[in-house]
Amino acid sequence: MEAFRSFSRPGEPPSIGEYLGKERIVGTPALRKEGVAKVRGSARYIDDISFPGMIFGATVRSSIARGRIQKIEFGEGVIWDEFIVVSAKDIPGENAIALINKDWPCLAADRVNHPEEPILLLAHPDRHLLPKAVAAVRIEYEVLPSVHSMEESERGDVIVWGADNVFKKFLIDNGNVDAAWDQADFIVEGEYTTGAQEHLYIDNNGAIAAYTPDEGLTIWGSMQCPFYAHKSLVCLTGLPEDKVRIIQVETGGAFGGKEDYPSMIGAHAALLAMKSGRPVKIMYDRMEDMVATTKRHPSRTRIRTAVTKEGKLLAADIDFTTDGGAYSTLSATVLSRGTIHAGGAYYWPNIRVRSKALATNCPPHGAFRGFGAPQSLFAMERHMDRVASAIGMSPEELRRRNFLRPGLATATGQKISEDVNLEHLLARALTISGYSAKRERFSRENIRAKKKKGIGIAAFLHGSGFTGSGERYLNSVAGMDATAEGKLRVLVSSTEFGQGTNTILCQIAAESLGIDYDAVEMAPPDTGIVPNSGPTVASRTSMIVGKLVHSAAIGLRQTLQASGLLGESWTTPEFCEAAKTHVAKYGALRSDSRYEPPVDVHWDDQTYRGEAYAAYAWAVYVAEVTVDMLTYGVTVDDFVAVQEVGRVLNPTLATGQIEGGVAQGIGYALYEKVQWERGRMANGQMTNYIIPTSQDIPPIRVFFEEMPFGHGAYGAKGIGELPMDGPAPAILNAVSHATDTDFNAIPLLAEDICLRLALRQTVPVEAVAV
Amino acid sequence: MRSHPAEYDFASPGSLAGVLERLDSEPGEWLPVAGGTEVMVQYGAGRLRARRLLNLWNIVDLRQITETSEHLSIGGGCTFAQLRGHVSVQEHFPLLAQAASWTGGIANQNRATIAGNIVNASPAADSPPALLVYEAELELISARGTRRIAYADFHLGYKKTALQPRELLLAIHLQKRFAGWFRYAQKTGARNAQAISKICVAAVGKLRDGRVEALHIGMGAVAPTPLRLRKTEEALLGTILTEDAIANGRRMLLTEIAPIDDIRSSAEYRRQVAANLLEDMLRNFAAKGNAA
Repeated sequence: MEAFRSFSRPGEPPSIGEYLGKERIVGTPALRKEGVAKVRGSARYIDDISFPGMIFGATVRSSIARGRIQKIEFGEGVIWDEFIVVSAKDIPGENAIALINKDWPCLAADRVNHPEEPILLLAHPDRHLLPKAVAAVRIEYEVLPSVHSMEESERGDVIVWGADNVFKKFLIDNGNVDAAWDQADFIVEGEYTTGAQEHLYIDNNGAIAAYTPDEGLTIWGSMQCPFYAHKSLVCLTGLPEDKVRIIQVETGGAFGGKEDYPSMIGAHAALLAMKSGRPVKIMYDRMEDMVATTKRHPSRTRIRTAVTKEGKLLAADIDFTTDGGAYSTLSATVLSRGTIHAGGAYYWPNIRVRSKALATNCPPHGAFRGFGAPQSLFAMERHMDRVASAIGMSPEELRRRNFLRPGLATATGQKISEDVNLEHLLARALTISGYSAKRERFSRENIRAKKKKGIGIAAFLHGSGFTGSGERYLNSVAGMDATAEGKLRVLVSSTEFGQGTNTILCQIAAESLGIDYDAVEMAPPDTGIVPNSGPTVASRTSMIVGKLVHSAAIGLRQTLQASGLLGESWTTPEFCEAAKTHVAKYGALRSDSRYEPPVDVHWDDQTYRGEAYAAYAWAVYVAEVTVDMLTYGVTVDDFVAVQEVGRVLNPTLATGQIEGGVAQGIGYALYEKVQWERGRMANGQMTNYIIPTSQDIPPIRVFFEEMPFGHGAYGAKGIGELPMDGPAPAILNAVSHATDTDFNAIPLLAEDICLRLALRQTVPVEAVAV
Repeated sequence: MRSHPAEYDFASPGSLAGVLERLDSEPGEWLPVAGGTEVMVQYGAGRLRARRLLNLWNIVDLRQITETSEHLSIGGGCTFAQLRGHVSVQEHFPLLAQAASWTGGIANQNRATIAGNIVNASPAADSPPALLVYEAELELISARGTRRIAYADFHLGYKKTALQPRELLLAIHLQKRFAGWFRYAQKTGARNAQAISKICVAAVGKLRDGRVEALHIGMGAVAPTPLRLRKTEEALLGTILTEDAIANGRRMLLTEIAPIDDIRSSAEYRRQVAANLLEDMLRNFAAKGNAA
């Protein structure tokens, strides 16, 4: 245990001396770069921004799930001459939002494949006139049959995408699963399902576009990935790359929900701006944002496992299926991550994972914190409790006996080379939560209790950065430069949306340059200024982009030293003065750093074998719940989150990430239910789509173990998505403990518990001794 | 905002007489608005049918709580914040103070009024069950005079009330006669705060010699209107609260309520939980008797 140093929050922040290493800035709770502006209300979000002559855009959407557009009529009561109207015919380039594929139309031309699909765009100087005009457009359809569940989609009676409704399939086949069943003492099967989830960022989607033939197109928007929008807009407009400029404005939350959709809304604003010759703002209200934009992929996982009576896992056969909605968008990559994480944090001598993403006629599902992993990990972590129960072993002991350890290989054959110690994380989580005593006491006291209590665990991992060869393809670049005033700037397309990009990267830069944190700032997130450091997704910013900033900073320092302007040691003013002199003398001071894949990382996209991720974050979470037998409501009473995320760069932000992720995970498990009516979200209002409030969230006790990772910036690994993976299975395990009943589907609402416990709706027995 | 402000009239007469005169001269034309917590949501969503709005927020006559030794009168314009903080409401009508604390968030409670809650006539509103069990009386006013009506007779059907187009809900009158009664209230929502009820219940009762001498039960979100459970009450009156009596109460309740499936819950859940809450209330009643 020598390698571990640890600290915990909440409570007193540790002094700098308690952190790992000797750094001055990395590892300290540096204040958010944009924090003052946000607190004082001077931060400008997209709806705060206006330009002279700017008009407003709105979207006319489909009212049906699938059909051919027969006729479009502009109804009475609207002075149509005053409106700019854009249809698919006005698109100068390709009618597609270019992501992995180009099947997602910017505007439906002749057919629609989901409710709320954009068909026409309207713009007018008076934004109040738009809702009425949108309502006055009458569209006649020839209605076509539509598909509204994974089961219907895989049955294939109605084909709504491609040849077979399948966006993507993966197969991981490691060892010989079929030979393992004969050696098993127990075979345990189960089916686990997860629902869609709405991101509910505070700041709704919005964009402003401006176009002149000379300057080209500029988009300002609330977004995560300026270069995704850039790629998409170039494809849509046919403009040269240097005539399309994307600028991220202050963004109030994203959670993956602003990965692909801002390309759509940016494209819409662009088309209206190009037709009208005026700047155009499109701002979604909450209802439009909820019904029209992406959600987390619903999933269904079937697991069959062979296990010995001593609790040794012999084999897993996993079928992981997701609902991708009407177009392929990011479904393939979400499926990929879910597939790779399906085996969980365990060693499987034999494992097969068959996965597929299916088309249905609802708006495309998209990226959401965790990106497929929360879905398949929910299934595995619920299943582990059921395996334990089937063989009569405690859930923690079954996990302990099967944890991945250094030297063992994951489902893709990746040998664990990090110094991971899940047993230690588990032991610590159990001790802090008082797990054993509570588990025993709750089991004893629950029998006649009106309020039944339960405690459950989840152990899991989350891969940092893009999957497999993804980072190699991204080929990211980050830079540092100095302004004429001698200010040092970080140049990245990695965006701030509340998670701490600005702060972390400035900490890394300041540390690497050997100057004060306050002397470093972020260059504007503007594709005309910054290099493409890749999208701000996949828990990659601290680890991958941070490392590039680190290298770029070292390069900049060396340039200054080589020029003779900087000596062997310096103060911050001396450094800034040297930088200023360099800029004055040579015109610029800049250093770029390009991603170089670690030499020992190999990945085969065909066989899905190899090093799926350069590093993993690891965690054990414990949830304690009460189930009220009068109302069947579940309350989470306590939550302990212990994780190892490499080096913690900023304890305040890291703790915030974990707390926020756990709260979002509690919502995912117990509150948030998207109610679908033929592909349309029926509860697209915050009064009916229920997220937990502060009154529903328990104390979230966050603990880090720090094990610096060699390839990350100052030892950092990814952290953003990890906390989304564990809460749902830990909570459902706790509810199942409290009620002595298996619950295998989320969201788990009071109504579902009532059906099972009071109205005795049964489920088939799935565990058999052989 | 999905509505266009230019399509709406907003009048603010500034006095109760002025408001009543407007309602009298153009009955049905004007929608009285106090805190706006319901109306502005509909306006924002583009679903507000009324086009002419009449401001009540600045009518001080509606904002008073007055009392004698035997009565408490709550002006229709009193906010939930006022109600939950009022000493006499807390002392004599604690179920009402509690319901006020359940309604919306703090910002809503600062704007939303008791009369608005009543005339909006949502079957899921939090305050009606308490008003039903306290046997509140409503005073309605128009330019032609006032009339009084038992609150129990106010709701005629889903979103239908006895309020005439010329009328305004002036005040809610309560009798201070529940000191020492057993009381019970529960709200079941989708979360612990800022949730519209899936079911809410309020009850007051008295035991004499172990038998039910009086029992008033009100429930929300189990029928087209807030419901006083008279048949269940009658079945339990005079009984000793044995297991059989409680089971009988559950049975009667299920004949009396008519919950629906909607976006917030299911009919079968509501039936089950309504019966559970009734049972819980009766067990508490039997155990605590009059020691509220």
